[in-house]
Amino acid sequence: MKAPVSTAIAIAFGLIVLLGYFIPLPLFNALRDILLEWAIVLAGVAVFVGVANLFLVHGRKISRSQPGSGYSYVVIIAMLATIIVAALFGPTGYWSLWLFKNIQVPVETSLIGVLAIILVYAAARLLRRKLNLFSIIFFATVLVVLLGSVPLLGIEIPGLHGEFGLRSLLIQLPAVAGARGILLGVALGALAAGIRVLMGVDRPYGG
Amino acid sequence: MNYMDLLTSQGAVGLAFVVIFFFLVIILAAAGRSRSVQNLREIQAFAKLGRAIGLAVEAGKRMHITLGWGGMIDLRGSSALVGLTVLERIARLASISDRPPVATSGEGVLGVLSQDTVSGTYKSIGAGFQYNPAAGRVTGLSPLSYAVGALPVIYDEHVSATVLAGHFGSEGALITDAAERSGSLSLAGSDSITAQSVFVASAQEPLIGEELYAAGAYINSGLIHVSSVRAQDVFRWVLIIAILVGAVMKMLGLL
Repeated sequence: MKAPVSTAIAIAFGLIVLLGYFIPLPLFNALRDILLEWAIVLAGVAVFVGVANLFLVHGRKISRSQPGSGYSYVVIIAMLATIIVAALFGPTGYWSLWLFKNIQVPVETSLIGVLAIILVYAAARLLRRKLNLFSIIFFATVLVVLLGSVPLLGIEIPGLHGEFGLRSLLIQLPAVAGARGILLGVALGALAAGIRVLMGVDRPYGG
Repeated sequence: MNYMDLLTSQGAVGLAFVVIFFFLVIILAAAGRSRSVQNLREIQAFAKLGRAIGLAVEAGKRMHITLGWGGMIDLRGSSALVGLTVLERIARLASISDRPPVATSGEGVLGVLSQDTVSGTYKSIGAGFQYNPAAGRVTGLSPLSYAVGALPVIYDEHVSATVLAGHFGSEGALITDAAERSGSLSLAGSDSITAQSVFVASAQEPLIGEELYAAGAYINSGLIHVSSVRAQDVFRWVLIIAILVGAVMKMLGLL
């Protein structure tokens, strides 16, 4: 689609959805709901496109014998097997759930375990990379909150644990205040990003 | 509902907020048009990103932009919009490179949009033949599978810098760790508080709060990007003053 047409459609649809949120008139609300339903259907179709893209990228990797193409065989075989099982038994069928519980859940759980180690290592690496006051405060806060959340050998330290301990103080005051400040900035940033799309300055739809 | 109810509803206040923001962006853009230099505070991450793009082109390496897994039909998609702007700019600047940039994502719509962004950018500079559909990839449809699927791109495809711009959770650390291990630069920002705290520890150049949303202004995407950053600053001060005045009035029992 030519750029001016796609841009005009995107801006018009964006404005209708925006007005539907802010102005409680039945016409706007009905239009907004219809457009959002279309968007949900299109998002579902995009998942198919994404899966096809994943298949093609790994297929190409295999055909060109690129590094790590052995893993691409695993991806493609697992993807086909899952599609066949889900097609035969349904997404909530016994074998589909068996695949989910016995393959996906254990793999993702072990990844979360790896992630925990990576995060601890990253916190330690931060001190090596940027040894400044901010890094020291960050690392000390992580240690205090970790120790406060999971007492070592079950021993509770006075002043650290409990309702009025240092951990609770850190979580309830500076953490909440900081998070709210950051979220305020993020909300303004999101508003600016949306306005730029409505103005047709940012055109992520390739127009 | 009569017109008075409409005007005094919470929605009308929200709409007024958006409309004022819109006009402020326009006014600031008009005011900034005559300036030759746009004074923005220095953000080290964007200075390094500019250098990284140049180095990638010179060294024949690839830039990797990863857009997270936030859906475009909810609030989490806003940060990915910034990621797409960064992708567009990098694709434009690195179009002469032997290895064009690659975008990964964990959501179908983002995958399609990233392909469309790269394709549209190449066409706009008369290099449509350079477009490869593998430039925009969906690497997984759950947060962890997406993050793990993005790792081979970093390890095996001569990536010199990875930009994380979108919605992530703690799994973003898997990507920044891979970047660190492969010796490439990692620059990371997100709308998620969890991801931001993880990036502070694990990314070489973390972007905090609204810094990610200023990316367009810092990578020369245009005057409107700069003016929208200035409008954010104005609104931030207005909100700070409103919060302080509200707190004082509450303390005095006036609210």
